[in-house]
Amino acid sequence: MLGLEKKDFRLLLIVIGLTLFAPIILNPFPAGSEMAQFNAGYPDLMQRFVIFGIFAIGFNILFGLTGYLSFGHAAFLGVGSYSAVWMFKLLSMNVLPAIILSVIIAGLFSFVIGYISLRRSGIYFSILTLAFAQMSFALAYSVLTPITGGETGLQLALDDPRILGAAQTASGNIPVPALFGLEMRASYEMTVGAWAFTFNVGYYLAALIMVLSFYMAIRIFRSPFGLMLRAIKSNQTRMSYTGLNSRPYTLAAFVISGMYAGLAGGLMASMDPLAGAERMQWTASGEVVLMTILGGAGTLIGPVLGAGMIKYFENIFSKINSQVLHEWFGFLPDGLENFVVTIIYPFVGKGWHLTLGIVFMLVVIFLPGGLVQGGQKIAAALRRKKTDDANPGATKPAE
Amino acid sequence: MGILEVKGINKRFGGLQALGDVNLSVEENTVHAIIGPNGAGKSTLLNVLVGKLIPDSGSVMFDGQSVLGRKPHEINQMGISRVFQTPEIFTDLTVFENVMIPCFAKRDGAFRMHAVESIFAEKGIRAQAEEMLADVNMLEKRDMVTSSLSRGDKRRLEMAMCLVQDPKLLLLDEPTAGMARADTENTIALLKEIRAKRGITMAIIEHDMNVVFSLAERITVLAQGTPLVEDTPENIKGHPKVREAYLGEAQV
Repeated sequence: MLGLEKKDFRLLLIVIGLTLFAPIILNPFPAGSEMAQFNAGYPDLMQRFVIFGIFAIGFNILFGLTGYLSFGHAAFLGVGSYSAVWMFKLLSMNVLPAIILSVIIAGLFSFVIGYISLRRSGIYFSILTLAFAQMSFALAYSVLTPITGGETGLQLALDDPRILGAAQTASGNIPVPALFGLEMRASYEMTVGAWAFTFNVGYYLAALIMVLSFYMAIRIFRSPFGLMLRAIKSNQTRMSYTGLNSRPYTLAAFVISGMYAGLAGGLMASMDPLAGAERMQWTASGEVVLMTILGGAGTLIGPVLGAGMIKYFENIFSKINSQVLHEWFGFLPDGLENFVVTIIYPFVGKGWHLTLGIVFMLVVIFLPGGLVQGGQKIAAALRRKKTDDANPGATKPAE
Repeated sequence: MGILEVKGINKRFGGLQALGDVNLSVEENTVHAIIGPNGAGKSTLLNVLVGKLIPDSGSVMFDGQSVLGRKPHEINQMGISRVFQTPEIFTDLTVFENVMIPCFAKRDGAFRMHAVESIFAEKGIRAQAEEMLADVNMLEKRDMVTSSLSRGDKRRLEMAMCLVQDPKLLLLDEPTAGMARADTENTIALLKEIRAKRGITMAIIEHDMNVVFSLAERITVLAQGTPLVEDTPENIKGHPKVREAYLGEAQV
């Protein structure tokens, strides 16, 4: 189906289903209930899930397949964002040209950085990419202020040219990003009993692009090119003595993943038309590394899961403050309540990084294959149990 | 004129003359062994042949073209495949994928951006790889990850990966080094079989006299970076100079 093996096609269908119904799946608790704060089904967060999903899918093509660990991929994301905002300023508020330009510019940018960085491998490669990204960040923050807006970031203004569109709306406001008139921020609210679901245009555009990106990633993984990339990770000596030149392969993988990052950056700016230098900082580059490893580097779905998990922690887990904790443990005697809250408090709210760090450590130590490996282990255990249940009388052969 | 012509190769590492005026000619369709005591320069010579080292002077012609200054992957594309002392295979991939990769390299060259086609749709390549695996009796292990193979199977697989490219010259670097007796015998049998079936030109660097005398049709003896003699195995066995330099110490 669509040039995919049965198993991959099923995975694609699952991803399509999940993204399509995400506004419902992520809002399992009735609005206004005590648990409603764990609902993640609001447009802003859902957009972030899929956009960072794209970023991580692309990063995984480089890191998961070739094993080259780039520590500077946020630079491409930032470049993508700046390109998109410039398109909004100069051309029109249509997101399509903005996204296309951000992919192209990020591709060119990653070609230059990749060409130089890939002269080295291992830790030296990582350091080179990190250096380039930090350089880009510093430039965007200071020297290039006329292009990047410096500290305040690049924003839209009322006197922007926007040659193919209106500089201002009829009411004198800055127009909002749209796809042929369909505004990104437009939402449809649906109430079913106590539940409220929001279907947002921006989210569905980003989700559609993520599904396409995911499909392309599957094709790359299963192609001869993908096989060569895995061969590079496995044994470069044999690679060259088999008559294969690994340099153009790694460069192609680097540029592809840079373009994915640019796409994510362009989408980010399309949802919220501003771009700041902090998107290029090394912490942002580190975040995508964490996402990929947490979910499972080299697996198809892993990076998306990792991105979702980290963004959930960042946005939902961080909302649990001491007041919420006191409410939860209010049934306990006063002294005990305070004690329990004191113990838990450092791990939630502003301390969400601590919990994430612990989860990350546990995953790396016990599940080197990431969350995907965890899922596989559970599935294998269930299958074993099922077969045991199916023939309870059967004796196991001696091994 | 042999398929591989080495003329006047010199290579110094600091004060050490690793190779001094080496001449070597490997005839097409023969098994040519290069033997010599430790430090004779066998490995240095091999590394020159595959492009890993560049000699200080001299020429290496393969099939009418110079190999000097070319990168290992370019030399492989000219038709030279190499088997390593410890098998170099793609350890994270399956046996079948390992054999497919050289097939792609042979068909598509050093680089091709074939990122959209599926490897499952590459019927020709798959058939070729399957045939090769059947040839070395490894077809039933096709879906195994190669890191779990036995040492003998890894050697067999590496050989298959070289042979599937149908090389004009197969270089073997001590193919039985560190192997148990039985594995060594198996490897000799495998090489004999390959030789009989495919008539491939081989150059073997070897320490084990048993291997050398059961396979080689021509032998070059290296000592201290210079070739002592080149002759047939029968003549080498009785050669006084060789006994003195090498065989005496090996107690043959």
